[in-house]
Formats: sequence, C-alpha cells, structure tokens
Amino acid sequence: MSESKKKLKAWNEIPIGGYITEPGNAREYKTGDWREGKKPVLKENKCNNCLLCWIYCPEGAIEREENGIKINYFYCKGCGICCVECPLKAIEMEEE
Amino acid sequence: MAKLVALTGNEALAHAVKQCRPDVIAMYPITPQTQIVEELAQFYADGEIDAELIAAESEHSAMAACIGASLTGARVFTASASQGIALMFEMLFVASSFRLPIVMGVSNRALNSPLNIWNDMSDTMGVRDSGWIQIYNQNAQESYHTIVQAFRIAEDKDALLPVMSCHDGFVISHATEGLELLDQEDIDDFLPPREAHIPIDVNNPVTVGCVGVPEYYPEIKVQQEVATQNSLKIIKKIFSDFNKRFDTNYEIISSYKMEDAEVALLTIGSLAGTAQDAVNKLRKEGKKIGLLKLRVFRPFPIKELQESLKNVKAIGVIDRNISFGSMGGALSMEVRSALYELKNRPHIMGFPTGLGGRDTRIEHFEKVSEILLKVAQKDKVEENYKVVGCRGPGCINVTYDGV
Amino acid sequence: MSLKSLPTKQYLTPGHRMCSGCGAATTLRQVFTALEKPPIIVNATNCVEVATTPYPYTAWSVPWIHTAFECTAATASGVETGLKVLQRKGRIPKTDTPLIAIAGDGGTYDIGLQALSGALERGHNFTYICYTNEAYMNTGIQQSGATPKFGWTTTSPTGKVVPGKVRFQKDIMKIVVAHDIPYAATANPAYPLDLVKKVRKAVAVEGPSFIVILATCPRGWRTESELTIEIAREAVLTRYWPLYEVENGKYKITKDIVKKRPVEEYLKYQGKFRHLFKPKRQDALIQELQDYVDKKWEELVKLENLT
Repeated sequence: MSESKKKLKAWNEIPIGGYITEPGNAREYKTGDWREGKKPVLKENKCNNCLLCWIYCPEGAIEREENGIKINYFYCKGCGICCVECPLKAIEMEEE
Repeated sequence: MAKLVALTGNEALAHAVKQCRPDVIAMYPITPQTQIVEELAQFYADGEIDAELIAAESEHSAMAACIGASLTGARVFTASASQGIALMFEMLFVASSFRLPIVMGVSNRALNSPLNIWNDMSDTMGVRDSGWIQIYNQNAQESYHTIVQAFRIAEDKDALLPVMSCHDGFVISHATEGLELLDQEDIDDFLPPREAHIPIDVNNPVTVGCVGVPEYYPEIKVQQEVATQNSLKIIKKIFSDFNKRFDTNYEIISSYKMEDAEVALLTIGSLAGTAQDAVNKLRKEGKKIGLLKLRVFRPFPIKELQESLKNVKAIGVIDRNISFGSMGGALSMEVRSALYELKNRPHIMGFPTGLGGRDTRIEHFEKVSEILLKVAQKDKVEENYKVVGCRGPGCINVTYDGV
Repeated sequence: MSLKSLPTKQYLTPGHRMCSGCGAATTLRQVFTALEKPPIIVNATNCVEVATTPYPYTAWSVPWIHTAFECTAATASGVETGLKVLQRKGRIPKTDTPLIAIAGDGGTYDIGLQALSGALERGHNFTYICYTNEAYMNTGIQQSGATPKFGWTTTSPTGKVVPGKVRFQKDIMKIVVAHDIPYAATANPAYPLDLVKKVRKAVAVEGPSFIVILATCPRGWRTESELTIEIAREAVLTRYWPLYEVENGKYKITKDIVKKRPVEEYLKYQGKFRHLFKPKRQDALIQELQDYVDKKWEELVKLENLT
C-alpha cells in the first residue's frame, strides 16, 4: 500500500510520545519503485548458492531458499552490487 | 511517626529521593546542587539506596542516560543547575517528548556570563518551553515533600511528563532548616512502584525517536501539549491527596492577605518569605497590600491567576530572571498574558529581583510596593518593568550597612 | 563458519530508505546476522536513523531508540543501567539481550566522542558499532574527524588553492583502546565472515566493546553504487583499512595483507579523490597518502608484536 493511500491520523489517534508501535512496518513501502530501468536477473543454472549476493545486498532483497536464492523485486533498488560481486556471473543486469 | 531533623535543602531533597525508591540516578556535579548527588552517593555507599548510579561525564550525557534508563521502565532521578540545565537543553525537550516520568532536582542558579554561582532562576526560566512540569519550593520542607509528589505526578498514567523540582541555590539548598521526614510506609502507600507505559522490551518492540515528518510533527506535538495542559488537573489532585494524608496545605498558588488587597506582589521560590515580612510591615502602616506565592509555573495556571488577581488594581511580579530585550522576566510576561483577557485587568509591572544572588531585603519590597501603590492611585503604569537590587539609573536600589 | 550457517532473521527490514548501494545498509545487515538474539538498539542521528524511521514507518523489528546526535553512548549507558537494575530487582526477567549502539563517524569521532569516552570509562556492557563513511553524509557530505587527507567534502572542497581536507583523520581505534576496554576491532563489509566473527566476540564480551566498520557511500564518495563492496575490499587490500582486533590490549591483525596493492588502487574509484588524478596526476599528494598508509601498517605490525 503506498503512503498516499494510508489515511493520515489525528493527534488523538496516534500512540503517545511519537512512538511507532508496529515493528518493521517499513515492509509496506515498495522500494522497488526506485529502480531506474535495470534489474538484476538470476541465471539459476550458473548459481552455486554461495550466498555472497545475499550477504552483500543493502536491502535484504535477496531471499534465501532451500537450494538457491530469489530476488525480491518489491524491494530491489537495482544497485547492481549482486551482479558485480557474484563470482560465477550468475546475475545479470537486464532492462525491465 | 514523622521524624524531626535539621537538614539543608539539598540534603532534604536527597532524603526524599532515597525514600522514593529510585532505580537509576545520574550524577554530575554543579554548584549549588552538588550535595544532592553527593548525599545520594553516600546513601548508595552505605547500602541505603537500592539503585544504580551513573557517573555521567556531563549534564547532557546525564540527561541522555536518564532518558535511556527511563525508557526501560526504571524510576529515574538526576539533579542539576545553571550551566548544566543550559547544557542539557536539547535533551530536556527529548525527555518530555518521549513522555518519560523523570524527576530532576534543581538548585536554581544564575547563568554565565559572567560566571555566577548564586541564586536566580535564569536556568529553569530559560527552559520553560521544554515541556517539563516545573514546581518551585520556598523552603527545605517543601523541597522534601515536592520530590515525593513529583514522582507520583510524573508517573500518573494521564500525565507521563518529566518534573523539575526547584529550590533557590544557597538560600534553600545550603541553609539548614528544621523539617519533618515522612515515614517510609506512608511514602510507599502514596507512591506505588512505577508502571511504565511501553517499556523497552524485545517481545514488544517499539521505535522511539523517529523522524517526525511534517505530515505528523504537529500531531505528535499537539498531543504532548494537550497532555501538558491537562497535567494541571492531575497536579491539583495529587496535591490534594498529599494534603489529606500528611496534613499539609499545598496549592498551585497560595494567597496571603489578598482578601481586600488593592495591590499585590507575586513571588516564586524563597523570596516569598521576605515578601511576606514586607507585606506584614506595610499592612501595619495601613497599606492594602497582599501576596501571591506561585508554586507551579509549568503548566502555567492561567485560571487560578485570573481568579486570584481579578480584583487587584496593580500587581508587582517578582521576576527571578531577565528575558533580554523584552519586558522584564519570564514570570511577569506570562502573568501579563494570563490576565490580558480580563474585563478589568490590573496594571502589571515586572520586577527582576535578586539577580545573581544579590541580597534582597524587606526594604526592596517596600520600594516596589511604593511604586505599585502609586500605579494603583494614578491608574497608570510608567514603566513595564524595573530591576530591583542594582545600582544605576532606572533601577531600584537599597543601601544598607553603609553600602 | 560459513554464510550458510548465518541466520536469516532481519532486524533491519527491507523497505528502508537508504540510498541504492549504501555501504551502511549492507554493513548493518551483516552486523545483525551475527546476532543470535534480537538486540535493543540505540542509534545516533545519522543516515541510518533518518532512512529507517520516517513516521509512521519503521524498518526496525526490534526495540530501537534515537534521542539525539552526540549522546548515543550516554543513552545506551542509561538503557544498560535501567535493564540491569530492573533485572536485579526481579521486576523484569533476566535476559542477555544484546545492547547495540549504532553511530556514524560524526556521531563517534567528533560530536559523540565525549559520550563514548564516558561510557567506555564506566564499563557498561554494550557493543558500540561505528559505521564510518568518513564524513557527515546525512547532511550532505561535510568533513568529519574521519575524513581522510585530501578527501573532498563540501566543507573541505577542492579548489584552485586547496586540495581538499588538509589534515589526516583521527585514529579512533587508538582513542578507544586507550580506555582499556576488553574488545575493539575494525571490520569491513567486503569481509563478512570476519565481520560476523568480530561482532559475535564483541557481543559476548562482558563490558564495553567497539567495532568501527568502513561503509562505502556512493553519494558522498562519488562512486558507482554497484562497486560499493569492491571499493570496500580494495580498502583492505591496499592496507588503507587494516582488519584487526585488540583483545584486552593485545593487537592481532585478522587479515594479513602480504602483497599489498598501492593505495591509488583504492583512491582511483572515488570522485572524492579525483583531483589527485585529473586534470593532472598529483604524485606528491598520492605519495603522502601512500606514506601514511605504510606508516600506519608498520605501526600496527609493531603493536601486534609488542602486545
């Protein structure tokens, strides 16, 4: 849900002290919209699940699965670190 | 059985803190509050306080540590004055914004420059916008009682605001008085353990101190303001409960000989004593003068002031600071604002008095009263304010002992 | 230890607003993956703070506190003390929740130095993580005590007369080690297993611990976002950012760089050092930086042998 759709609350409807009481609700924000035309694509046959892309991703947009990784495009900002760091060149930057 | 003791204001305040069962105390020395933290450190060394002490490396860090500790749900205390209050300025705003029930003892002292270790209220008046409740004491007994009240007020679930309990540096902080200590059981009954609103807990994670974007900053601040205004009701309720239990007479403002007063003095802090003596003397001379003694400065008791002063012709507010470039001190300007909407509003003058600990005597108040009576008679004010206790043109001065 | 053995729990969630390619974001993700238990975090004012908590959103799924800029260590001191007392009095259950303080170089080397020093002296049980991008990045790239010599920033710009910052940076590790704390280390996100090992050691230690981590900043260093890790790696390989730890005063280099690369291999990526190469190569200035890096490395080797 984008911010504009989220109804803005009144002073007597928010938790006191300016506290944010919904942990990790940033997950609702689609940082994937930040990408500028290029996105990383995994060539699964080349991947050996070394997990370097996972540990280097600033977003946590690379998710670990049973035998490999999956790129979460909802969050991926397209920085390209995973592509540069993959030792087997299993990730390529492609046009969206 | 209440215990009669002889203690200085600082010692009395420290005794009260001990009896309120604090969890964390941040310490940093500054004249004239240092004895507060020294007493507490000695209590700790003797095993009389079950708390942890943080020997902060500055007042700014002391208040930051208080905020951190208070967020965990601990009952937290610190003490400061003058430059220390000024140094922790930004953190005071944080503490109140986070709605933390921190209690701070202040031995009021003037601000640099020049360096001055003696009493005026430029320190706490200077932070009146910070969102802290401010209570001013007239003597050591009050300092003692107010700490007990302060924790209860601060921790009230509808208040949740930090409180500073202030007494005049040296005049109260260092002077020995006879006072009565309350029984521990009575204090425990009056002040239950703290129940934190949302303590820091990995099982219930909160984010505290976010970026308050323009879409939300006003809402967050207005919420705080409403709570601060409402806290006056809570303060009254707690004073009332305290009075009932302990046979005391704490009020937001106390009146003395105000029933038929034509002019009035309004004091805050220990000058009430000298002012009262002056009023007695003037009354014997047939002058219709009364005295108001303000105890709670924040939240500012607008209605109570309007009620107390509506029949008076002229008021002299005994300021304890100068707000440079305006109309005297903070107190008189706030009184002026509070009375502005009255149909028959009295004349007001501010009298910044005893700056930097300059000795203030009955004679000073006599001179102030003289001016007020003239104002009442002429129905006109010549000046917005006049500094009392200063040599030179435009100021009121009294010579004594040949000086 | 392998990457596969590391937990996947994210205490810093996706959806945060840090720049694309932010070295600090990767650094902190690695720090948190080292933790076996959810931490309590005290954060200074900085990029991370601002980019993770725009009201009403928070990218933190753990308790997180931000008070002001210079008092991270002081606030953490209060949290540590409060929890200690409440646990001792039995008012909350005893836990060994890690307490992590996070600050940038500004909030550590400069304005935060006093609070850090006080907290280290008092011996509070917490781990202080300084991520350094070598300038005040959050306010738009101003010089800090961590900015290297000749580094361009907006308050140490390169111009016709002055080639960027004219002084070398502070050695924060020396300052911290002077407080005789049980554990201090340098780390780098290009060496994640080394970083994780160090964070685990730091958290396990009783008393204060300190880790300073080099975090590439594409915006501030004028580098390509995809090269963030490569540049961080080059910093280690050129010995610009030695990886070492100091355990109870004993120095140990954790990644020995035997065949070092010349420091310009690290400098050449960065727009902030471009004036050393264009329009004309500044051999003397580059040599000054090389001499500095060499001197610091020799010093480190000596300290390792001495302690």
